[in-house]
Amino acid sequence: MPLLEIRNVTRRFGPLTAVDGVSLSVEPGEFFTLLGPSGCGKTTLLRMIAGFDLPDAGQIVLDGRDMADTPPEKRPIHTVFQSYALFPHMTVAQNVAFPLKMAGKPAGEIGAAVRDVLTQVHLEAKGDALPHELSGGQKQRVALARSLVNRPRLLLLDEPLGALDLKLREEMQIELIGLQRDIGITFVFVTHSQPEALALSHRIAVMNAGRVEQLDEPSKLYGFPRNRFVADFIGKCNMIEATVTEAAPQGLRLAAKGLGEIAAPPAEGVRAGQVGVLAIRPEQVRIQGPDAPHELKNHFNGTVHDFLYVGEVTTYVVELGNGARVEALLANSAPGRARFFEIGEPVKVAWRHDAGVFLPG
Amino acid sequence: MAAPGGERLTRWLVTAPPFAFLVLFFLVPAIIMVIASFRFPGEFGGLAPLVARQPGEEAGFTAENYAIFFGDWIYAQIFAKSFAVATLTTLVCLLMAYPLALLIARSPKRHRDLMVLLCVLPFASNFLVRVYAWMIMLGPFDLLFSQFAVLCGLVYVHLPFMVLPLYTNLEKHDPALLDAAQDLGAGGWQRFWRVTFPLSLPGVFAGSALVFIPVLGMFAIPEILGGIGDWLVGNMIKEAFLGVRDWPFGSMLSLMLTVAVLAVAGLAAFLAGKGLARA
Repeated sequence: MPLLEIRNVTRRFGPLTAVDGVSLSVEPGEFFTLLGPSGCGKTTLLRMIAGFDLPDAGQIVLDGRDMADTPPEKRPIHTVFQSYALFPHMTVAQNVAFPLKMAGKPAGEIGAAVRDVLTQVHLEAKGDALPHELSGGQKQRVALARSLVNRPRLLLLDEPLGALDLKLREEMQIELIGLQRDIGITFVFVTHSQPEALALSHRIAVMNAGRVEQLDEPSKLYGFPRNRFVADFIGKCNMIEATVTEAAPQGLRLAAKGLGEIAAPPAEGVRAGQVGVLAIRPEQVRIQGPDAPHELKNHFNGTVHDFLYVGEVTTYVVELGNGARVEALLANSAPGRARFFEIGEPVKVAWRHDAGVFLPG
Repeated sequence: MAAPGGERLTRWLVTAPPFAFLVLFFLVPAIIMVIASFRFPGEFGGLAPLVARQPGEEAGFTAENYAIFFGDWIYAQIFAKSFAVATLTTLVCLLMAYPLALLIARSPKRHRDLMVLLCVLPFASNFLVRVYAWMIMLGPFDLLFSQFAVLCGLVYVHLPFMVLPLYTNLEKHDPALLDAAQDLGAGGWQRFWRVTFPLSLPGVFAGSALVFIPVLGMFAIPEILGGIGDWLVGNMIKEAFLGVRDWPFGSMLSLMLTVAVLAVAGLAAFLAGKGLARA
């Protein structure tokens, strides 16, 4: 049985539908992520799971029980807030003890539990500190410890790493994964950062305009985006406009204006005559000199329009014959070698016949 | 830390006028009051000369005022009663102002300014007029000239001084803290007592000081709304200066009141500090 079920939940604010008929379920022990741009409804959905907001329609079911009549303080669900929301007048230990006190646990038990959880987040020495004496990362850990100390059925995390700088954020990501694995509590994580979602989650629901666009494992989302929004939102993607000329079980044939024929992997439900885009990742596109042998089925001539050196790779923007621009990644494996091609240089881009996804529409 | 010349000059120019003002109108009068309390009263008010002009005339310095003060229980009793009335007024103000301040602080932003304005609007009319209005209101119920009437007046006049600091404090609270408390299992009362109230203590202290101390010096309200038995320290001081025209005795009473207030404030600060250390 799933731990959490969202059944057809809708929430409207005046004329705006913030959450529009969302259904999904979260399995016990899962690290589940709601990913989407700001305003996509992910925070509204999270607040409804926590109980701070109620759906206009649909059900939120935890452990098989409808939560509609259960106020936030009675739900076995805790939230790590984006601002941490640590009580400024309480020490770290008092903050962490708060949910245990509310649950009426005896003092001795509280002390031991607080020590344990503070050790788990490496803050055993900070029990007597006040929140304003802590760094951002430490506050984050206290907020986590406070939400985990009485072992909720479900932990909600609302962009918890948003306020940290990049390096600390990456450290905390690794810690979060470890913590979640060790304690086995189910996490529902909200973020607008797709690298974070890909790095942390078992499954991701990509949300846009109040709806779930696609719900899948990170590698499936990245490799097989179901529509243009997901392809564009998760990682970088080249979109080449094309029309289907032949749809066979072994693959598609596409015609791109000004480029010619493109071979693409088969796609379910796609028929000849359909218009759409071939979504292809920059790392799937190979950039070569104009005279390189034609090893791959799809190859097109173009010129280097621009490039971006980012250390381990260089991204080349290549302008094709029809004016379309395609990004291609090239690893800078040779030390001291920042680029292989200059701006304006004629080049050839190529990709395999089974690379990319055709997205109709 | 050594400030550069220009900055030091600016600092002086900015702080000198208020500093001079305080020295001239606060420190000097306080010293005058201390000296006056050790002198003899003049015949028609004022102070007696330092050197006797005729034999038998009282002149020079004396500690007699203090001897009278400490020699008679009545003064301690009036002081104790004044402190009790001030404490009661402060408590009633706190109980009435807190819900109001909370209501304003949690109202939509666009309504708050109007509500605060309504709280201070009574200041637009004269203080005495407002107190006389209470006479008209309490008269028909036969409640006038009683301790109850005095309390009504004191609470009414000082309520805004409690509402404003409380509101300023409560308005700054991060609403996420209440969400967090609720999320972690705290019901409505627990959210109030464990989060809202402890965080509002600076506002509670500020408001209490703004009510407690003026009430101790208040004489108009007991005089208008109270009976002869409802006198406070303020009435005694006013009577000493304007009624009996015994300036030294009035000075001594004022001075003792200041000392008593400072002692109470110091004790409160000490207890609050101890409470904080324990919490």
